[in-house]
Amino acid sequence: MAKKVNSLKYEFIKGLWVENPVLISLLGLCPTLAVTVSAVNGLAMGLATTFVLTSSSIIISLIRKFIPHQVRIASYIVIIATFVTVADRFLAAWFPPISKELGPYIPLIVVNCLILGRQEAFSSKNNSGRAILDALGMGSGFILVLVALGGVREILGSGAFFGFTILGDWFNPWMVMILPPGAFLTLGFFVAGVNWLNERRAAQ
Amino acid sequence: MKLILLFISAAIVNNFVLSYFLGICPFVGVSKKVSSAVSMGMAVTFVMVIAAAVTWLIYHLILVPFGVEILEYVSFILVIASLVQLVEMFIRKVSKPLYDTLGIFLPLITTNCAIMGLALFSVLREYNFIESIFFGIGAGAGFTLALVLMAGIREELELADVPKHFQGAAITMIVAGSLALAFMGFAGLISI
Repeated sequence: MAKKVNSLKYEFIKGLWVENPVLISLLGLCPTLAVTVSAVNGLAMGLATTFVLTSSSIIISLIRKFIPHQVRIASYIVIIATFVTVADRFLAAWFPPISKELGPYIPLIVVNCLILGRQEAFSSKNNSGRAILDALGMGSGFILVLVALGGVREILGSGAFFGFTILGDWFNPWMVMILPPGAFLTLGFFVAGVNWLNERRAAQ
Repeated sequence: MKLILLFISAAIVNNFVLSYFLGICPFVGVSKKVSSAVSMGMAVTFVMVIAAAVTWLIYHLILVPFGVEILEYVSFILVIASLVQLVEMFIRKVSKPLYDTLGIFLPLITTNCAIMGLALFSVLREYNFIESIFFGIGAGAGFTLALVLMAGIREELELADVPKHFQGAAITMIVAGSLALAFMGFAGLISI
């Protein structure tokens, strides 16, 4: 095979920026937009997704040689759905307020195209070591974006960060930022910012 | 009367795309031309209504009586995936022109979170069978409406002078934000 083999370190860090799942590939937008009302919600969603992504990557990379090619997508989905059920029950048992706030968006991790996309593009072709690194990298990239997005929306929308008020009484909260339009607008500016940074880097 | 309110609520007031963020992937991906947006919307509505009926039956006739609600997610996603396959085969047999129009969009629907979201919301809000179906029709209509509006704006946007770094996905998000802002005007119209 003439395919270039990336270093192990690269498998991890590529998810943070170069192939960031949200900002570059625009995968997993539904949870990204829906739950980032506050930084805490973003963090919880990111961690849950990373857990599901990593666990299913391990299982799928281990059994990749036994899954018949024709039914691979269905098998991936069943494995992912199993881990989503685990994550959902875990959150409901240990963190009821967060589980209540995220509501149906936790079960919707099943149809997060980011997870299925990584299984199809990576775990089904690589050994588990690489698959774990890839999943952790992609997961960290996802968490990073979710927390940043949630942070910006929380600061502008309610003058707080992780629940602590940081902007004083003089600040008039921008209600729109914690309503649905704010999610689209913030992500739009994030993507434009990334385009700008990447171009500046390429020009140097 | 309640059914009509349910329909309007799902289609406009709590639009699936613009206020629940369900089905964003096709919303961004397939909204470049009005004609393909209409086809995609039709395909999604079609699958949505059938999925609403089938997942309701599965949940209330199989999962609840046997006390295995924990299998909710696994069974819903399997049902939706096989349903999409079935619908695809059915349409290909029955109506070739319709198949050619919807063709490539059908497989994409499996990972459309709007369908899964619909099934989860119906269970969460304890709708009865008829209500679930009306909820499905309303959500499908709302999805189609958002998709077609977006496609119309994006066709015009082709000719506009967009700042360089905002071209592509960024401007699509900003436009979606403005649309969502417009739809916020309906908030509070109906509370269900």
